[in-house]
Amino acid sequence: MAAADRPVDKPRPVYLNLFAIRQPLPAIASILHRISGALLFLVGIPLLLWGVQRSLASPEGFAAATAPLGTPLGKLVFLVLAWCYVFHLLAGLRHLALDLHIGIGLAPARGSAALVLVLSILLALIVAVRLW
Amino acid sequence: MVAGADKLPVGAHYGLRDWLSQRVTAIVITLYSALILGVVLWHGGLDYATFRTLFAGNAFRVATFLFMASLGWHAWVGMRNILMDYAKPYGVRLMLEIVVVCLLVAYGGWTIAVLWGQS
Repeated sequence: MAAADRPVDKPRPVYLNLFAIRQPLPAIASILHRISGALLFLVGIPLLLWGVQRSLASPEGFAAATAPLGTPLGKLVFLVLAWCYVFHLLAGLRHLALDLHIGIGLAPARGSAALVLVLSILLALIVAVRLW
Repeated sequence: MVAGADKLPVGAHYGLRDWLSQRVTAIVITLYSALILGVVLWHGGLDYATFRTLFAGNAFRVATFLFMASLGWHAWVGMRNILMDYAKPYGVRLMLEIVVVCLLVAYGGWTIAVLWGQS
């Protein structure tokens, strides 16, 4: 076979526009796992420390720390971070299961990715109902 | 040449330790989260008095410190994984890793202040 006929030598299309490729569910779960983790580290931990510190200082501090939960912006921030926490935890449990070779087939991996997404949204809805 | 001198300081360290510590710390974080959820459900929410009593116990303070240490270690592995994938230039990645380490140390000091800094 001539060299030019071998598939590997032909010019191949390179198409890596992330916004044009439809990502499979496990890929979406994976990138959300990263985004939620980074948000929890950069915003969640300092807010948690601030909240616990103010809450422990005095009854007035406790009131001041919980006051933002009465404002729309405070509720939104709390809701987003709560979803990040719940989603990251559930996706992490899914990872631990995969590490133990549980659900590593294509269909169960897709199913568990969908389950983690749906469960995290349901739990976030419960938090939203409690907030508003 | 010294063995390992060709390895990048910001490379993966080619080992199991980070992978394993990420999993172990994840379990500690999950257990502590379940504990907090249980306490909140048990009391039907938290008021100031309950919150103070909870943090007055040394066992709870130590458990919380263990949780925060696990959170920091876990976050380090995760943030480093993210930076290794998206921050390709050597210098940029090193700078961002230093920022993450500084944040971790600051969070650690803050945690100690919160847990043992007030009567």
